[in-house]
Amino acid sequence: MATAKEIRGQIKAVQNTAKITKAMELVAASKMRKAQDRVLAGRAYAEGIRRVIGNLMQAHPEYSHPFITKRDQVKKVGVIVVTTDKGLCGGLNTNALKAALNLVKDVQVGVESYTIGRRAAQFMRKIVKDLPAAVDEIPDAAELSDVLGVVSVAMERYIAGEVDEVHLVYSEFINTMTQRPVVTRLLPCLEVQEPTHPGYWDYIYEPDSKAALDGLLRRYVESLVYHAVLENKACEHSARMIAMKSATDNAKGIVRDLKISYNKARQASITQEIAEICSGAAAAG
Amino acid sequence: MATMNVLVATAEREVYRGEADMLVAPGLAGELGILPRHAPLLCQLKAGELRIRKGEEEDQVFVSGGFMEVQPDMVTVLADTAERATDIDEAQAIEAERRARELLEKRSGDTDIALAEAELALAVARLEWLKKRKKH
Repeated sequence: MATAKEIRGQIKAVQNTAKITKAMELVAASKMRKAQDRVLAGRAYAEGIRRVIGNLMQAHPEYSHPFITKRDQVKKVGVIVVTTDKGLCGGLNTNALKAALNLVKDVQVGVESYTIGRRAAQFMRKIVKDLPAAVDEIPDAAELSDVLGVVSVAMERYIAGEVDEVHLVYSEFINTMTQRPVVTRLLPCLEVQEPTHPGYWDYIYEPDSKAALDGLLRRYVESLVYHAVLENKACEHSARMIAMKSATDNAKGIVRDLKISYNKARQASITQEIAEICSGAAAAG
Repeated sequence: MATMNVLVATAEREVYRGEADMLVAPGLAGELGILPRHAPLLCQLKAGELRIRKGEEEDQVFVSGGFMEVQPDMVTVLADTAERATDIDEAQAIEAERRARELLEKRSGDTDIALAEAELALAVARLEWLKKRKKH
């Protein structure tokens, strides 16, 4: 059995760990609130552009953009995977990467991946051969320009016919306790479910339909990925907060158990000492 | 009189949401005035001023480019960046213009000239807008 002194050292170590996890929990909590605000602030644009694209799909432009034209044969698929850079956030990345892995298995054709976040790069490098674009260290106050590189690589590969579909995998923020991995198709854009502007009509385009459609569809794809990054940030911080909270609770439990062992060891040593003194006195007497 | 709903947003935030009687936007080929019940229109925007009128009030928003979609009852402006009249800073605008000119004059190999020109055009447009606002 460990001596009282050894156990005291263990208690100190666990208490120090608990202090660190508690601090991380508090930091994550405040970052989470900011990240949630950013998701909400970005929602107006996402909602606006989704409505515009929805309307656009119902119009009848004479120019057919590759982003809204489905290809008959899918020979290769691209997937944009969004994860965090760092760990210590529970099962968040594991779940997202599992979803990405399932997608790779399901499509049954070649897959290449574009990653946002270090964890995604580390994982996707092992399961797909091609990794044409990867970015990490996206700041918490992410701006659209932070994700443009990866998105434009994916779009160019799609236009060039290197890939015939592009999917997006990220974690969706539902609430502090729940995050859900989401897999959605980015390109070609999803069809509209219920028409809101029926009839045969078309826009007046300025300067022309090609430029307008091209610019708008690119922004649509960019905004979807940007929004995914914001959601992922909110997920990261809330998952980390929960993970650190349970780590702190665990540490407290361990300290409690260790304290009991410590007291037992201390009592045992006192008892032994007294026994030794008594036997010593008896021998002397 | 009919009104239309207007939403002005950038990827990062919502800039304006509300009803309006009239809207004037900086289209790529010139200014566009939009009234309620306008025919569907999809238009690219250049850097300039967006004016939103509601009754006697007028709101000005500076946009650096983007897209505008018009439906009879709804106008959606998807701006690349947008600033309300109240939160644009003249000193910052002047500084941005100076930097853009500097970049252009140097013409060093690694600076993208097209990019610098675009930046300069944006800075000038923003500054002009500010000067005009000051006169009022």
